[in-house]
Amino acid sequence: MVAGGLLFAALGKDPFVAIRTIFWDPLFGDFASYTRPQLLIKAGPLILIATGLSFGFRAGIWNIGAEGQYVLGAITGAAVGLAVYPSESRLIFPLMVVAGALGGFAWAMIPALLKVRFGTNEILVSLMLVYVATNLLAWAALGPLQNPEGRGFPGSRNLSQWSASANPELIAGTGMHWGVVTAFAAVIAAYVLLARHSFGFNVRLAGQAPRAAAFAGVNPSRLVVACMGLSGALAGVAGLFEVTGPAGQISIDFNVGYGFTAIIVAFLGRLHPIGILLAGLLMALTYIGGEIAQTQLGLPAAAIQMFQGMLLFFLLAMDLLVQFRLRWKARAIEVPRTVIPQASPAGEAR
Amino acid sequence: MNLNRRTLLASGATAATLATLGLPVRAQEGPLKVGFIYVGPVGDGGWTFQHDQARQEAQAQFGDAIETIYQESVPEGADAERAITQMILGGAKLIFTTSFGYMDATVNVAAKFPDVKFEHATGYKTAPNLATYDARFYEGRAVCGTIAGRMTKTNKIGYIGSYPIPENIQGINSAFIHARKVNPDVEMVVIWAYTWFDPAKEADAAKAMIEQGVDVILQHTDSTAPQAAAQAAGNVYTFGQASDMAAFKPTPRISSIIDHWSPYYIQRIQAVLDGTWQSQSFWGGIKDGVVQIGEITEAVPAEVKAEAEALRDKMAAGEYHPFTGPLNKQDGSPWLAEGQTPTDEELHGMNFYVEGLTGEIPS
Repeated sequence: MVAGGLLFAALGKDPFVAIRTIFWDPLFGDFASYTRPQLLIKAGPLILIATGLSFGFRAGIWNIGAEGQYVLGAITGAAVGLAVYPSESRLIFPLMVVAGALGGFAWAMIPALLKVRFGTNEILVSLMLVYVATNLLAWAALGPLQNPEGRGFPGSRNLSQWSASANPELIAGTGMHWGVVTAFAAVIAAYVLLARHSFGFNVRLAGQAPRAAAFAGVNPSRLVVACMGLSGALAGVAGLFEVTGPAGQISIDFNVGYGFTAIIVAFLGRLHPIGILLAGLLMALTYIGGEIAQTQLGLPAAAIQMFQGMLLFFLLAMDLLVQFRLRWKARAIEVPRTVIPQASPAGEAR
Repeated sequence: MNLNRRTLLASGATAATLATLGLPVRAQEGPLKVGFIYVGPVGDGGWTFQHDQARQEAQAQFGDAIETIYQESVPEGADAERAITQMILGGAKLIFTTSFGYMDATVNVAAKFPDVKFEHATGYKTAPNLATYDARFYEGRAVCGTIAGRMTKTNKIGYIGSYPIPENIQGINSAFIHARKVNPDVEMVVIWAYTWFDPAKEADAAKAMIEQGVDVILQHTDSTAPQAAAQAAGNVYTFGQASDMAAFKPTPRISSIIDHWSPYYIQRIQAVLDGTWQSQSFWGGIKDGVVQIGEITEAVPAEVKAEAEALRDKMAAGEYHPFTGPLNKQDGSPWLAEGQTPTDEELHGMNFYVEGLTGEIPS
């Protein structure tokens, strides 16, 4: 954060004002009643996807393609909904959620089954499938899902303006839509699974001691499928909630990188559900605060991104320093004071 | 910092109660605050750069009477709505959203703030407090197409499209029609980049074209990467897009289409200051000064330059429409009869290639 302050000072802005704008104003500034709900909207998909990813990451299964699963969830969910347009049945939204989960699940199954069957690398396959997914998205936005009343412009009908498929704020002005609720539920469920359920135990065991896991009867193939499927389904659901809520429609630019940012969130949260919850909120804070800093202080977007990058870099570097006790104490003390999300030993031990 | 963490959580819980109090909008005193939402960085050297130049010109024109703010690289989607809302909460009374993808976001926010005026570029949805503005880029493409048809030696010209939306298709058709007019053997290669601004993708598209033997490239994307790729390849010609891209003169950039927004911005800001602002759909071309043709460099033979400038002047005088029949659609079915021109509505929904173009519009 000190480095960030220097950066802002170098750009001719008051570093204290800049940092206050980013971290304080979204929560307690003049327009906090607007920005606080926005934090939840932004953090919701991040938390949801990161929670799913954390299982795989703990078990040493690297699903890097959550972005693609997120996109596919949105496409399949929207497709199911639009297929019955303009029906007003109450079943449509739940059906779309299920379809979104299945879409993300199916997309994640490709790298999972390829790995189990042919031993391919799930990192590469899942990452490559992101690019396939974005092309599918462009195709869907211009072809089968295109709004027939859109005068030939790309993009589907607006799902958030169609009451049967809309995912509105549950309580006006809170930003709480079904996606945020699901994200919180997922955090709790993940916590219980990891702490109390044998699946969570297997996941942790496989990550820490694969051989021991094998002796304990953990089927590695089944674990791959379960972890990939779970993260894919959650990413798909996140995509569906986004497309029916804040985004509103399938468009070529629908995905803005939640799937990739969620990887950072997962690690920032130490792969622990509560940590992920806090890390997701912190990421959202830097996004929203960064935007305010842009409009109110005229800081360039690139400077904000650099600041975010530095913040994460220092945080993750901190991790290393804390865990390995290098003799860098001066810095190790200085940086934590600024951000420390959830470095509590309790979170680590669980 | 533990404290901060706790308050972070607490704030989530209390947000519900606080939010019901409604959104306080900063009271308006002093200068009119004008907000701009940009799709790319202000330094993109193309589309956003031109909008930002116009913003600065407007600021210089009005001095202390207005204050302009902007946010760059705003994703087209859910994030745009928040960016616009935050500007309004910050006191902006007039908002320009400068890309097609902000359409639904602008419509949504406009419905929430009836006192704020909105101007959305290149869209088609209007409201009592939401106007649209656009430029007839296809007029500029006609000039570039003419030059391209004359300058190509391989008889292959390329067009880097951004998205297959009517604006791009108008440009492709217009450039192709006018290239064919002066060179019946010319073929056109179209590559869709699916982005407005991505130097890496744009450079790849340009390189792929050059490998296919294309020696004149038109682009509908905003970075200078295709120019740089053409420069590296040598003997390939390009046209500046949105901004003059004068750094690549005299070759590869032999001319350009310049978006000149400042007259429009100044006029609309003035209208708000005067209290005479009204919703409208503005579609200006060469005649209105919104589309300009950048200097045609000495790499172009004098007679070609004269021919291109004559075409430009005819459009400026309103004597010529780039889409004048007889023209057929790609499948050979008739589109425009002899001397007929399309309506603006037809142009806004253009979703087909004209006869002679190969390839398909992705759908």
